[in-house]
Amino acid sequence: MSSAGDAALEWRAPSGRLRRIPLVRLGFALAGVFCASLALAQSGDLRRSGYQEMGPALQKMQDDDTANPAMLFVQVGAAAWAAKAGAAGKSCADCHGDAAVSMKGVAARYPAVAPAPAGPVDLEGRINLCRTVHQQAPALVAESDDLLALSAFVTLQSRGLPIAPPDDPALAALRAQGRDLYERRQGQLNLSCANCHDDNAGHRLAGAVIPQGHPTGYPIYRLEWQALGSIARRLRNCVVGMRAEPWQPGATEYLALEAYLMDRARGMALDGPGVRP
Amino acid sequence: MANVLVNAPKTAKKGDTIEIKALIMHPMETGFRPGTNGRIIPRNIVEDFTVTWNGREIFRMRMSPAIAANPFVSFFTVASESGTVVLRWSGDEGFVAEHRVAIAVT
Repeated sequence: MSSAGDAALEWRAPSGRLRRIPLVRLGFALAGVFCASLALAQSGDLRRSGYQEMGPALQKMQDDDTANPAMLFVQVGAAAWAAKAGAAGKSCADCHGDAAVSMKGVAARYPAVAPAPAGPVDLEGRINLCRTVHQQAPALVAESDDLLALSAFVTLQSRGLPIAPPDDPALAALRAQGRDLYERRQGQLNLSCANCHDDNAGHRLAGAVIPQGHPTGYPIYRLEWQALGSIARRLRNCVVGMRAEPWQPGATEYLALEAYLMDRARGMALDGPGVRP
Repeated sequence: MANVLVNAPKTAKKGDTIEIKALIMHPMETGFRPGTNGRIIPRNIVEDFTVTWNGREIFRMRMSPAIAANPFVSFFTVASESGTVVLRWSGDEGFVAEHRVAIAVT
């Protein structure tokens, strides 16, 4: 029996010649391949959006602008963008002009900090600030079709752009609160968001794939809702599913979670307004 | 004006099979759900969807309360002659919506 030093892999090449590689050299080669693949896995982004977790049929539905039901709301939003409203008699377009230019990349930056006294707001909150402050019109009802239509229209202008949350120090505390909520167990099932969306992402909950929880497509047209819905509605849905008591509509908790999740999805492409199952 | 999205080819070769896709914004309220006041919300659905090509009917669909909100319908037809395709939805509460598409057949 030979020692480890002369151990070798031998095989006969198609030419009939005997080929021989000492095991030591083979070991070095394999270690090299292993290190390279490990480095690739570490540098590669393992995040997957809800869009990527969907089946091809739903992806096609979202990609086709005449099959994506959210585009119906975008049409309503486009009309609202140009319509004058409130005591000031101004439309969104009167200040912002062409949305394709002025709103490009805007949805990718929210939640952001609005001038005092408003503080951190999400996109819907920003739209309502514009309404009350600049248009002097009553704020649109949260989760109403009118508000979601405008937010879908604004979101569409950022389609494909990377999520780029602002580096505002005022958002840091909000993100920390969001992260705390995300990792805290709650409800009768004693689950945290992370239990599903970090620990078990990619597995199935009943028949549905658990996504990693990146908010790339909001507002989404959820087929189960048969309607357009905001991220707050989706979060409320999850909280009720954990049999926890949902926060009041418009509560800071939703905004905090959204701020944390958008930061967690930093750099991922925005695909909204999306379709989700 | 109803909110409609229609996807049909602008041109087609004679004898070709073409796909027409139509999406319309409608609540399709079933008539079985109680509202927040406990009373049944009256049924409000699209009942009939008819498509004509130069006045000749090429597709008709009767919709039921089981069909989801914002119904999406896709169907195939054979391109026979240049002309106008008229898509017409009608339903409860006097709902009528019409959309016209011109298709040139060569």
